[in-house]
Amino acid sequence: MATSEPTVDDLAPTLETNVAADEPPADAGEASEETVLHASDLTVYYGTEQALQPVTAALPEREVTAIIGPSGCGKSTFLRCINRMNDQIDGCRVEGKLRFYGKNIYDNDVDPVALRRKIGMVFQKPNPFPKSIYDNVAYGPRIQGCDDDLDATVESALRRAALWEEVSDRLDESALDLSGGQQQRLCIARAIAPDPGVILMDEPASALDPIATTKIEDLIEELAEEYTVVIVTHNMQQAARISDRTMVFLTGGELVEFDRTAKIFAEPEDQRVEDYITGKFG
Amino acid sequence: MSAETAEEQDLFEDVDLRGIKIRGWLFHAFCLVAALFGVVMLAMLILDVLWEALVGFAIGLDPITFLTSTAHRDPFSAGFIAAIVGSIWLMVFTVIFSMALGIGTAIYLEEYAPDNRVTRLIEANLTNLAGVPSVVYGLLALAVFVNAMRLGPVILAGAIALALLVVPIIIVASQEALRGVPDGMRQGSAAAGATQWQTIRQVVLPAAFPGIMTGTILALARAVGETAPLLMVGVVLESGLIPGDPFSRFAAMPTEIYYWAFRPVTEFHHLAAYGIIVLLTVMFSMIASAVYIRNRYERIR
Repeated sequence: MATSEPTVDDLAPTLETNVAADEPPADAGEASEETVLHASDLTVYYGTEQALQPVTAALPEREVTAIIGPSGCGKSTFLRCINRMNDQIDGCRVEGKLRFYGKNIYDNDVDPVALRRKIGMVFQKPNPFPKSIYDNVAYGPRIQGCDDDLDATVESALRRAALWEEVSDRLDESALDLSGGQQQRLCIARAIAPDPGVILMDEPASALDPIATTKIEDLIEELAEEYTVVIVTHNMQQAARISDRTMVFLTGGELVEFDRTAKIFAEPEDQRVEDYITGKFG
Repeated sequence: MSAETAEEQDLFEDVDLRGIKIRGWLFHAFCLVAALFGVVMLAMLILDVLWEALVGFAIGLDPITFLTSTAHRDPFSAGFIAAIVGSIWLMVFTVIFSMALGIGTAIYLEEYAPDNRVTRLIEANLTNLAGVPSVVYGLLALAVFVNAMRLGPVILAGAIALALLVVPIIIVASQEALRGVPDGMRQGSAAAGATQWQTIRQVVLPAAFPGIMTGTILALARAVGETAPLLMVGVVLESGLIPGDPFSRFAAMPTEIYYWAFRPVTEFHHLAAYGIIVLLTVMFSMIASAVYIRNRYERIR
């Protein structure tokens, strides 16, 4: 292990530059890695109002994709399409296709409950249940009926969420007694405990102080080694720091640009994206 | 120095707070008196009852006989046990009926019902039902359950009348408790792949439990002292028989107290005071347990 690590480290930047160099900007959506989520003409209406213009994009496996854009641009709407949380909103209508490993999740034979067992989610405001820390993390595995060796599952999820050290001696205490930052990491642990594969995050750090935010950001980078992460953020620096790819939505629910994060922030194709990123707009 | 002080005095000279402060003080005093009124009334009530009971004890009414015997023509041999057991039977079935109906309705309205005109109509009617006089529920139970369904004037019929009376209160209290559960929790549960039933069972109900229980127990504490519906259903005013099953005729604590209080033999008035003490003890312990449950579960949360 110890001897192989430097090799990987040496190789990584080379690989990265190679991919970036080989890949024409227009093909950014079609990654060389396996595509986890593939949206084609995905459109969302709330009643008669169109919240999302047709979106076509392919999100690759084990990468962090950031979604940025001004308020009301449809970034959360797009995120909530991925695990069909929009279904719970009255009057919401989704058109087009969203393939999850090739299967359109809006097909009639897909049960949103089953889908959500494969795609976890972390919300803007920490929302721990009024249960013990242990029971919060064990919630997913329990309701999904895979509760053998729950102790190990809980410990592993808490370790991956960088919370184990802080709570290992008080797992039976109420989750509501934790600080805001700890609660959010607990929610991340809860989301990854059933091993979902994809994790959606809706501005997970926006309600937290800078130190807690840094912890969450470090955590997201680590999670991307195992999981595909899609994160909505209103913080452009955050998107630049933690993501591999960035989707830029602009007012009206239009996906304006989707590319490698480095490319988006260095030389965006679209003038509006440049204006938005440099702060002239939005 | 003195010039400065004079200047400071001038600064606030145009501000006259005396009038508004007196009004504030009067309002404060009024609120205090209002708050004390209830406490004083309750204290007077309890003292009066205790005094009546004490006099009863002094003239030789034995509390042990009172708690172990059934009704009797001679007040010195008369007891309350048939009414106590009758009230316990009533409570057991009232709890079963009213909790199932009340909490079920509240969960339906808050968790399942679509937001449409029918739902709003049901909700508006519930508020009205909570204001219906208790004697009306007694009449309803008499007409439907005692007569039409030929149940007769038995414990089950009395319990149904009491349950009808408290169900609207339980519904409103439970709805309030369910509304207090943040939506974020429901969404968090749904996003974890829970079905709606799992979300309600595992997250929403445990979170709302203290509020639901508090409301339910307070409603039941009211039911245990209700007199009018039982009179309508046909309670036995003074019973010599301890009821053995829910299809027996029965006496209940509030109605037996009512009956004794109007007996011409004054010794019975003191027995009524004994009865009130037993009834109040039951009510206060129910209220205390409601407070205990709320505090206990709020600490866990």
